[in-house]
Amino acid sequence: MPTFELIKQIMQKHTVGIAGAGGLGSNVAMALARVGVGRLIIADFDFVSESNLNRQFYFRDQLGAKKVDVLKENLLRINPNIEIEIHCIKLNDQNILPLFNSVDVMVEAFDIAEMKEMIIEQFQVDKPNIPLVVGNGMAGWGESNEMKVEKLGNLYICGDSKTEIGPDMPPMAPRVLICAAMQANTVMSILLENQFGDEYNPKP
Amino acid sequence: MNIILNHNQEKIEVNSDTITITQLLKIKNYTFRMLVVKINDIVVKKDDYSTATIKDGDNVQVIHLISGG
Repeated sequence: MPTFELIKQIMQKHTVGIAGAGGLGSNVAMALARVGVGRLIIADFDFVSESNLNRQFYFRDQLGAKKVDVLKENLLRINPNIEIEIHCIKLNDQNILPLFNSVDVMVEAFDIAEMKEMIIEQFQVDKPNIPLVVGNGMAGWGESNEMKVEKLGNLYICGDSKTEIGPDMPPMAPRVLICAAMQANTVMSILLENQFGDEYNPKP
Repeated sequence: MNIILNHNQEKIEVNSDTITITQLLKIKNYTFRMLVVKINDIVVKKDDYSTATIKDGDNVQVIHLISGG
């Protein structure tokens, strides 16, 4: 295996976009910050609320703050060397492509299925060369082995593709973090793919 | 016609050489509202489901998107 120093050097050269800073987005960002990603572009319009603390990478003293503002603070406390571009904005089919124009890999971290559909259509049709890593199905608890990564060309679907959130099926830290970690792990595989020989390159 | 649908070989009983995505979803009884469809790895926009065609040998992925994040 390459050393972590070498891995960081490669991660440092890359930009990752994250659409949404909730359970998936905040934890994907945390993982990528720890492994030294060079630049993150993160967009979310929401504020930190009590109900977020069961899974999202925020703290009680950050309740009421704009998610992107305090996520940036938290990430810089882990790794002050990342460049972090934040946008407190509600993403839609008009603004999403220009905002994430310069990314090497795009991460979908929305909560609503309609938005997942929107980002897949926008990126896969108009930016088919940018790998898109989606989270799909991570509610409830247990069933760790149902979580998987499916590669469909340049589209990667992480999760169980089954468990939809609802009043009786809440999203909670353990499974949401499995999904977020799978997304971050997929991003690493994509970014490191061309840098090391095949023996260093386990597929997602 | 024979296609690969979500990694599985499927025989679709139709009288024509091609079918549209709309027809396929109806035949397979896929009623999910939030879907992404890929034909030979190319995503087809929802607006084009009634015109985009699938032919014998195509690799079709129908991805059901669910809320949560």
